[in-house]
Amino acid sequence: MISQKIKVGIIGTGNIGTDLLYKIQRSELLECSLFAGRDAESQGIKRAEKMGVHTSHQSIDAIKNEPTICDIVFDATSAKAHIQNAKILKELGKFTIDLTPSRIGKMCIPVINVSEALDLDNVNMVTCGGQASVPIAKAIMDCNPETEYIEVVASISSKSAGPGTRLNIDEYTQTTKDAIKVFSGVPSAKAIIILNPAEPPILMNNTIYAKMKEPNLEKIKARVLEIEAEIKQYVPGYKIALGPIYENGRLVVMIEVTGRGDYLPSYSGNLDIITCAAVKVAEEYAKKILKNHE
Amino acid sequence: MNKVIFFDSTLRDGSHAVRHQIELESIKDYCELIDNAGLHTVIVGHGNGLGASSLQVGLSAHTDEEMLKIARKSLQKTKLGVFMLPGFGTIKDDLEPAIKIGVDLVCVGTHCTEADVSRQYIEYVSESGLDVYGVLMMYHRASKEKLLEEAQKMQDYGAMGVILMDSAGASTPQMVSAAIKYLADNLKVAVGFHAHNNLSMAVSNSLLAIENGATIIDATIKGFGAGAGNCQLEALVALLEKCGKPSGVNLYNVLDVGDKVVSKIMTKPPEVSSLSIISGMAGVFSGFSNHVIAAAERFDVDARDIFIELGKLKVVGGQEDSIVRVAMKLVARKRSDEVSYQIESLS
Repeated sequence: MISQKIKVGIIGTGNIGTDLLYKIQRSELLECSLFAGRDAESQGIKRAEKMGVHTSHQSIDAIKNEPTICDIVFDATSAKAHIQNAKILKELGKFTIDLTPSRIGKMCIPVINVSEALDLDNVNMVTCGGQASVPIAKAIMDCNPETEYIEVVASISSKSAGPGTRLNIDEYTQTTKDAIKVFSGVPSAKAIIILNPAEPPILMNNTIYAKMKEPNLEKIKARVLEIEAEIKQYVPGYKIALGPIYENGRLVVMIEVTGRGDYLPSYSGNLDIITCAAVKVAEEYAKKILKNHE
Repeated sequence: MNKVIFFDSTLRDGSHAVRHQIELESIKDYCELIDNAGLHTVIVGHGNGLGASSLQVGLSAHTDEEMLKIARKSLQKTKLGVFMLPGFGTIKDDLEPAIKIGVDLVCVGTHCTEADVSRQYIEYVSESGLDVYGVLMMYHRASKEKLLEEAQKMQDYGAMGVILMDSAGASTPQMVSAAIKYLADNLKVAVGFHAHNNLSMAVSNSLLAIENGATIIDATIKGFGAGAGNCQLEALVALLEKCGKPSGVNLYNVLDVGDKVVSKIMTKPPEVSSLSIISGMAGVFSGFSNHVIAAAERFDVDARDIFIELGKLKVVGGQEDSIVRVAMKLVARKRSDEVSYQIESLS
């Protein structure tokens, strides 16, 4: 009988950290025992306090000073900060799920390689654009392995891109591009990110283009629908919005991600896709620990 | 009046007009002939800058590296510049290689309300010892107060100047005067203007910008640029001369470059077409024109309706993927019962 929950700590109290907190509050396997940032007055900290969650403004030091406080750590700070944090967390032996584009740990897209991730000490969640489009890029390559070039364009609303994301725009772009190549095996790739300030805010949209001559459309369509269903299991708002269609020598698929509206309103699907993916990894890890304890 | 310097974007903005197919030989001829004209900088590359050759915006005939190398050899007196949009290029794959080739100056552009994404790039270029300028695109979408706030961020990151881009050619004279004056009065660094000609105002708006304190003018020879084109550099040089404010640019030289090189690159002269007027009115980036025309033909809808709808969606530069969606929505509106047929016939 599983009644015990695995304790998790979140460092970084911005958009991503706060959205994660909401999702963990709903988890049957996880409980948040620490919500830590640098600013005691941050909006995120205040919200967490109201929810009755233990908070700290000492960021990583809160875990250093009290290592037993949690078993899993989510890092939602910045790529730069994670370089320091990763070393400390490794020494402390914490299973670390990194939501910055730091690329220190191995990249994980749950629908592709979650089981592999559980044996590591640091797992990198790539980027929101990567979580949304890499599985589709891989599906296209699985069906048409001769494809030479894949490009993904992530358009997100300005309101959902916090200061951390903005300060890491270069790592974000590079990491998304590299993830497409690594996971799909396509020889050449490009990632584009567009911030759109329109009001009301736009839903997160991802367009995947593949340059090819003879797409196996039936096969790709079937595979893409399978992937959509699998991702929906951990990201409920994930949806194929258009395609696959073939025009001008390019295959086009569009993905829309509607958020659950936990921390930011539902247009912020870009938050949900990466926080849901991270929670999925943590829950799988928790299942593994709990099973070993039985 | 302070001295005005010219950034020449002919080979960059003009790239949009010919679907990014400018030949290396033309870049060489252009740079060799313009090097003595007295311009500050010649900007070279894909219309959306470094790393922007893509299915989304259009694939370049030649790589950034090829274009920059040939331009570098041909420019001695004039600085070689590049344009870069955060979210398209990256430091590792695009900016670092461009700096190695010997680029002198980088313009880092963002949508007018998103200056903070320029930080990594402005700081990187500044630390590399190159000239760096910030660019606020689609400036018509923000108030002058907001523009100042965003321009100040770029100034703080290390930009030597901030250029407002009227990307949609949506400016009225009052808008230009108010925004430029406000920035020029409140920024420590130089202020610049880059016009588009959708409403036939590019040259006059550029002159107005100068009169209100702009000291950088970003323009193109023969107005060669996206959509209706840009401020025609030669015409502005002549106009400044008549106004008793000589620009220091050799008029015959820039006219020659236009007649001998640019006229050969252009497939057709920039025109204030009906569609340019609509895009200026809707406030949508002119660079979308070719894509809008293609989608209108593909889906048999009115290109003007596509622009108006894009304007309502407030799309920003780089969102070319929204064109197909809008076209498909218009189809749906037109023949709601036949939508499924349309979509299936595509696949």
